[in-house]
Amino acid sequence: MQIKINDTLTEIPDGLNIIGLLTQQKVKMPDMVSVQVNGVILERKAFAETLLKANDSVDFLYFMGGG
Amino acid sequence: MSLTDEQMERYSRHILLPQVGGKGQAKLLAGRVLLVGAGGLGSPAALYLAAAGVGTIGIMDGDVVDLSNLQRQIAHTTADVGRAKVESAAAKCRAINSDVNVRLHPVRLQAGNALEILKDYDFVIDGTDNFASKFLVADACHFAGKPYSHAGILRFEGQAMTVIPGQTGCYRCLFREPPPPSAIPSCSQAGVLGVLAGIMGTIQATEALKYLLGIGDLLSNRLLVFDALKMSFRDVKFQRSPTCPICSANPTVTTLQDGEPPSCGCANGKCAVPEK
Repeated sequence: MQIKINDTLTEIPDGLNIIGLLTQQKVKMPDMVSVQVNGVILERKAFAETLLKANDSVDFLYFMGGG
Repeated sequence: MSLTDEQMERYSRHILLPQVGGKGQAKLLAGRVLLVGAGGLGSPAALYLAAAGVGTIGIMDGDVVDLSNLQRQIAHTTADVGRAKVESAAAKCRAINSDVNVRLHPVRLQAGNALEILKDYDFVIDGTDNFASKFLVADACHFAGKPYSHAGILRFEGQAMTVIPGQTGCYRCLFREPPPPSAIPSCSQAGVLGVLAGIMGTIQATEALKYLLGIGDLLSNRLLVFDALKMSFRDVKFQRSPTCPICSANPTVTTLQDGEPPSCGCANGKCAVPEK
């Protein structure tokens, strides 16, 4: 199915939760990303229970600590 | 406050703007902005705010200038190595514009000093370089009710947002709590293209000026993400989180706390460089 990740249409397997998506997208440091799905910022503890649906819009927002 | 002839000339390119004018310039001259950190982000912000005639600029930093800072921290010069960053940055601001009252805070921001220092300012710019400080700035501005501009940079990317406490989404709405120390891509040891600091710090200064002038749309309820390699900006809209640890109806963060001491994941000169 297709979802949008950071505004880019992306093909992903059906039935992924957020943890699965982070793995599938090869996000190597999942602790360093906040995830928003359809405009709702997810709590980290909700990553496992949040299943993705076709046409979902996902934002990966990285922690940036430098200055 | 009426402007002198010299000020009319110095600020003429501001005064020509209908959205600024003499009235707006007077607001800037009455404005008070605190820069937390006089490094990569704080340097360009300080210089442009001084040039713009922001009347009071507070510069807070407990560090001295290091040779490795000079690749991006443009308020400091080779001759400043070893000098307190607050003194170095203040000298440049005063040299640009003697209208500006520069206040020095040669200390690191801590839970114990934050609210006392913040209370004398209208707007805060977070130019810190580690997560403990970024969360402390966010929390202190929340408790003090001070609007502020967040920014962070890493490698070829930067992000920024403006928070008006009690009105807009905040840093913790998005990022909740500091990442675990094991992850730590916080500091510049992971590397950063120097110009990123200039781009993002100048965006922060822009937000401070807009806030003082009361013009335009602030960078609120959105995170601006800049990618220098793609040369693209992405504007990610977000809402205030009903489960935010600090600004929701049932906050879990209710007092100002010092975080873990800043760490870069570095030991013996070797650093854990995070990957995406």
